[in-house]
Amino acid sequence: MSGASVLRDTGRGYLLSTPALALFVGLLVLPLLLTLVLSFNVFDYEVGVKGDAWTFAQYLNLVTDSYFYEIFLRTFWISALVTLLCVVIGVPEAYILSRMGTPWRSIFLILILTPLLISVVVRAFGWSLLLGADGLVNQAIQALGGRPVKMLYTPFAVILALVHVMLPFMIIPVWTSLQKLDASAEQAALSLGATQAKVMRLVVLPQVMPGVLSGTLIVFGLSASSFAIPGLLGGRRLKMVATVVYDQYLSELNWPMGAAIAVALLLINLLVMLSWNRLVEGRYKKSLGE
Amino acid sequence: MAFLQLQALCKRYGAVDAVVATDLSVEKGEFVSLLGPSGCGKTTTLQMIAGFVDVSGGRIVLDGRDITHAKPASRGLGVVFQSYALFPHMTVRDNVAFGLKMRKVAAAEIERRVSRVLQLVRLDQHAQRYPRELSGGQRQRVALARALVIEPPVLLLDEPLSNLDANLREEMQFEIRRIQREVGITTLMVTHDQAEALSISDRVVVMQAGRITQIDEPYKLYEHPRTEFISGFVGKANLLRGDRDEHGAAQVRHQSGHGALTLSLRPEKIDLVPAGDGRLQGRIVTRYFLGSQWLYRVETPIGDITVVRRNDGDAPMNEGTVVGLDWPSELLRVLSADEVSA
Repeated sequence: MSGASVLRDTGRGYLLSTPALALFVGLLVLPLLLTLVLSFNVFDYEVGVKGDAWTFAQYLNLVTDSYFYEIFLRTFWISALVTLLCVVIGVPEAYILSRMGTPWRSIFLILILTPLLISVVVRAFGWSLLLGADGLVNQAIQALGGRPVKMLYTPFAVILALVHVMLPFMIIPVWTSLQKLDASAEQAALSLGATQAKVMRLVVLPQVMPGVLSGTLIVFGLSASSFAIPGLLGGRRLKMVATVVYDQYLSELNWPMGAAIAVALLLINLLVMLSWNRLVEGRYKKSLGE
Repeated sequence: MAFLQLQALCKRYGAVDAVVATDLSVEKGEFVSLLGPSGCGKTTTLQMIAGFVDVSGGRIVLDGRDITHAKPASRGLGVVFQSYALFPHMTVRDNVAFGLKMRKVAAAEIERRVSRVLQLVRLDQHAQRYPRELSGGQRQRVALARALVIEPPVLLLDEPLSNLDANLREEMQFEIRRIQREVGITTLMVTHDQAEALSISDRVVVMQAGRITQIDEPYKLYEHPRTEFISGFVGKANLLRGDRDEHGAAQVRHQSGHGALTLSLRPEKIDLVPAGDGRLQGRIVTRYFLGSQWLYRVETPIGDITVVRRNDGDAPMNEGTVVGLDWPSELLRVLSADEVSA
């Protein structure tokens, strides 16, 4: 009997995974359940949350109020655009990286990964210094004789910073897929008369699709629920879902409403990602056998 | 003028000479093998012909056209890679059709040619499979079909059989030869396996340290190796010291020590005769059973000698037996010293 089946058949495996399970239940499942429960509680501006009264008012509010509608829409188009930009920049970057010789490959890989060691908040502040009304970019524009441009607190700033932060999450899975590629398959395609562009489109790209898929899922998920960057670079007017949740909890003190928005974000995010996964994986699963 | 010509072809990597002034002419329809140990420059030579490696000096002429600096796509050569290099995300049919699609051949024509070539390599039943669903030998045949379907002037095979197990390798050797004959395509194969080179080539080119050291038909190469290295690399050989006798014929020197000549004697050319007879006396130290043959190591005054005898059904000689060794002296081959060190 193999070790794995001993663990499975005697139930000892479950015992051994108890610490991890406890962590998972205590830190993820329970809070999520509490949030879900909270989102159905009645809220009164006079007395706060009524723990024993139940209502659909928050959800009704969500689907009828165009304010929320607009914020969800904005969150998703920004996330989709960030994902697209990460694909457009990240896939070629990963390809170039994988074709580099030593030692440059390691040096550039580290350069790509080091930003992950710096807090997102610090990086967001960095961008606000660069993009502010009197920031470095506007100073440069003025020095060249142009008029200052409003960049901070616009979708531009949020998207720029999100792409910057999310790029490693696209490059790493694509890079992993590229490692599995047989370089002579590209030579074979060339010898069969394919142009370099066709080699990329017909041979390389389809094979790295699993990596691109994971990358898009990570980037989209993280962007749609991002808080620090829209909070710091989007300002008071350019709200995204996570910042609205924050407002509901801490400014309005309307916890059930905040919980309802959070639950809705989770569900929509899940829906988008699952259908995207199905769409892309369905096309490549059979051939690549992942 | 030969169909494919390499003229003083060179490749340098920095200060290292990978291929040195290589001249080779391949006739139309010929099957030529480049044989050599790893690092001898044979794969680099093939890659220069395919166009994957830039040429440092010299020319490559195909059918009268200088292709030295042409792009791989415009050479139109069929290449089969050691790793097969199939496109894993395409079916067998799509893999094979790839080159025709790149050439913008009409769909009906593609269909016809792909079906025909899949029949040729006996894979018509597997057209809809993906490469990962195939065995090594089948993948090899897909790679072959993909290279052949574009009807290239020359087929280049880079160690095509080295990833297959021994039995399959032998089967595929004959399969490659059959297909090559049927299509009549000029073929250049790179290999480090002498048995592979000898069994299926019209001519074998031995390379060593970036240079060609001998070009011959397989039988002549085996029977008349030029140098010590070649006699040991192509088949087994006993290297013996010798002198010329009064008639100018080479003879083995019967005391150990330095002779003027280096002689090669193939193990299967030596006869085991009763002790006292023959040209040399020795004692069998070990014997190995190879199925169709017995291999004996015989200790003699001039060193250990390997003898191979056919397994003719009789009981073999026992270890420890004292025997005489005999050979026709015209089968001794005089070797020249190695001019390059590998």
